[in-house]
Amino acid sequence: MSKTTNIMIVGVGGQGTLLTSRILGKLALSAGYDVKISEVHGMSQRGGSVVTYVRYGEKVAEPIVEEGQADVLIAFERLEALRYLHFVKKDGTVIVNDQRMDPISVVTGQAEYPENIIETLKSRRKTMVVDAMSVAKSIGSPKSFNVVVLGASAKSMDYTKDQWIEVIKNTVPPKTIDKNLEAFEAGYSM
Amino acid sequence: MAESKIMLGNEAIARGAYEAGVKVSAAYPGTPSTEISENLVQYEDIYAEWSPNEKVAVEVASGASISGVRSMACMKHVGLNVASDPLYTMSYIGVKGGMVLVVADDPGMYSSQNEQDTRMIGRASMVPVLEPSDSMEAKEYMKYAFDLSEKYDTPMILRTTTRLAHSQGLVELEDRAEPIPIPYERDIAKNVMMPAMAIKRHLVVEDRLNRMADDAATLTLPSGQALNRAEYGDNKIGFITCGIAYQYIKEVMPEASVLKLGLVNPLPLKLIEEFASKVDRLIIFEELEPVIEEQVKALGIKCEGKEIFTRQGEYSANMIREKLLGQKLDIDEAEKVAPRPPILCPGCPHRSVYSVLNKLKIHAAGDIGCYTLGAVAPLSVVDTTICMGSSISSLHGMEKAMGKDYIRNWVAVIGDSTFLHTGVNSLMNMIYNKATGTVIILDNSTTGMTGHQDHAATGKTLKGEPTYAINLMNLCKSMGIEHVYEVNAFDLQTLEETIRREQDRDEVSVIITKSPCVLLKGQVFPDKCVPIPEKCRKCGACLRPGCPALTRNEDGTISIDETMCNGCGLCMQLCKFDAIVKEAK
Repeated sequence: MSKTTNIMIVGVGGQGTLLTSRILGKLALSAGYDVKISEVHGMSQRGGSVVTYVRYGEKVAEPIVEEGQADVLIAFERLEALRYLHFVKKDGTVIVNDQRMDPISVVTGQAEYPENIIETLKSRRKTMVVDAMSVAKSIGSPKSFNVVVLGASAKSMDYTKDQWIEVIKNTVPPKTIDKNLEAFEAGYSM
Repeated sequence: MAESKIMLGNEAIARGAYEAGVKVSAAYPGTPSTEISENLVQYEDIYAEWSPNEKVAVEVASGASISGVRSMACMKHVGLNVASDPLYTMSYIGVKGGMVLVVADDPGMYSSQNEQDTRMIGRASMVPVLEPSDSMEAKEYMKYAFDLSEKYDTPMILRTTTRLAHSQGLVELEDRAEPIPIPYERDIAKNVMMPAMAIKRHLVVEDRLNRMADDAATLTLPSGQALNRAEYGDNKIGFITCGIAYQYIKEVMPEASVLKLGLVNPLPLKLIEEFASKVDRLIIFEELEPVIEEQVKALGIKCEGKEIFTRQGEYSANMIREKLLGQKLDIDEAEKVAPRPPILCPGCPHRSVYSVLNKLKIHAAGDIGCYTLGAVAPLSVVDTTICMGSSISSLHGMEKAMGKDYIRNWVAVIGDSTFLHTGVNSLMNMIYNKATGTVIILDNSTTGMTGHQDHAATGKTLKGEPTYAINLMNLCKSMGIEHVYEVNAFDLQTLEETIRREQDRDEVSVIITKSPCVLLKGQVFPDKCVPIPEKCRKCGACLRPGCPALTRNEDGTISIDETMCNGCGLCMQLCKFDAIVKEAK
């Protein structure tokens, strides 16, 4: 069986991991791959830690990415990147949005938000840090921060830029196409 | 070539129902089954509804089947417990138009209160069970289930799991087959289950299951593939498996021999005997209960299963690598970082009600919904959660056991959708049996946890059409409950006064706290809460309910994240020093 590419998207409920995994799924499909995506719905979505998986290749069996198997980890929040770091292959890549969101245990003082997450990530795996929120705000569309991250991750996957643009156009709400393409471009050129 | 689409397992099931010519579908929302009904809405040829509970849904589907059309009902595993009454007897009656119950199990309990295995209920009710292993099979099996239902005159269960229901894969689309309606014939020997008839039907049911087991080796899907498929390869290890577990075997050992079962009740015993005779070592790889394993062992066939693989949670490919193949996987230790469990949203009306209960040191008998999250710190209000509707009846049980003073500092809390599901029966019981407890209906105008589905009190159907909305206050009053009060969930003072007063009353009271779920579509939140650091006395009162939009600064004052804040004003009301104000966004 030819190689299957394993991608994980992690973040906090409400950050758009579901939409991102669907963009990646359509992309793989448009490139002629077999693809499986696994999502989380229900209880876990309420502000909790959320993880989705995208796997593509000639023929994909299981829909999840397991520990030590991810080629690419896309993290929309620093702590979540650290939480799932052991899922990434030793030669895999981490793309992390440089944002901090305190879980309730940190807010109430029962736990601490770890210092130096970025340094830890960099010391263990090839890591790209993206300040996506600043970039998204600078183009006047803070909600598109996840597409900035996606743009930054594009070079870790084997699709052409045109394929990305086509899929984003077909997936995001029509009114937001321009802003999302701008966000993608900003991430892509990082 | 047929059109292919990437589809969620649940979306594929809905598509399968459409292609099979289903006419009627009824369901109550429940993760991970909810999206089936939500996807049925797009098909104009199907009547699809939210019923108040799963028992009602299965009875609606039963009536539709008896009238001669193809029908279905969808639910999560625990929903089948509620619906098991009609299920067990529909097993005797059988069908006219094909009838399929889609039941979604939740190994790993992503969003459930237990981890039960629906295949066991299939066995107990003598209803055949199919289990697909990806989206394409989900669609195919759904269609085929209707053929089998009509051929063997039986309701069918299509069992899925969270992983299948919420994974996407490629599905080939086909056209809808419009079945010819079957003319009605009065047949009381089949359709009226009183003892004289039921005694005879029990024999029919047993015979039906035996025939199906005999035929199981040759049952063939419309695509031409065998429903139960022996894939012979390396015979040193042979697996018997079903559902998503099949994919993990394929991931790790694509060359191994596998008997993949599509029909998991009744089992194709002859096929299993044949397969077992051809492999050196037989492994049963099934999530949750040893349903296949115990039956294989009962045949006197040597096999291994639960001594290697757990009864708990989901399986994985790494589990096969480690437990069966003894591989040492080079995986880093998981970082021990602060957990991030699900929490009530910023602006959630439940937080407001719970902050009052917490202040008054009141215990709550809880129920199923987002508000179950009130069990954990910092709100720590909910003391019990059993099943849908149980808050009211378990509070009643406490009173009858310990007397009315014992529950003086207790209430029952239940959501609007859950109240209409089964809570209403429990409230009838309270008024009938002279209870004195206080029930709080947390009315957020939706079924929140499962993703905002309408119900009998929202004024909208599953298809989005306007309809009559049951008035909860009138409903409670019509039972004879004199003390029913509606309070704005964010009016802390009135809430506190009302709860205190009703706690002291030696009669049943119902307090309906009203405020829509903040995630409900179409709402506008014009305000945000803003702290005034100069006035802040750093007391932390605003932080106590645990709103995720609030954080404490290093100097002890607070910040409010303006992108998260919905301006509910709970923190503002809790501040005694006017150090939080509302501003227009």
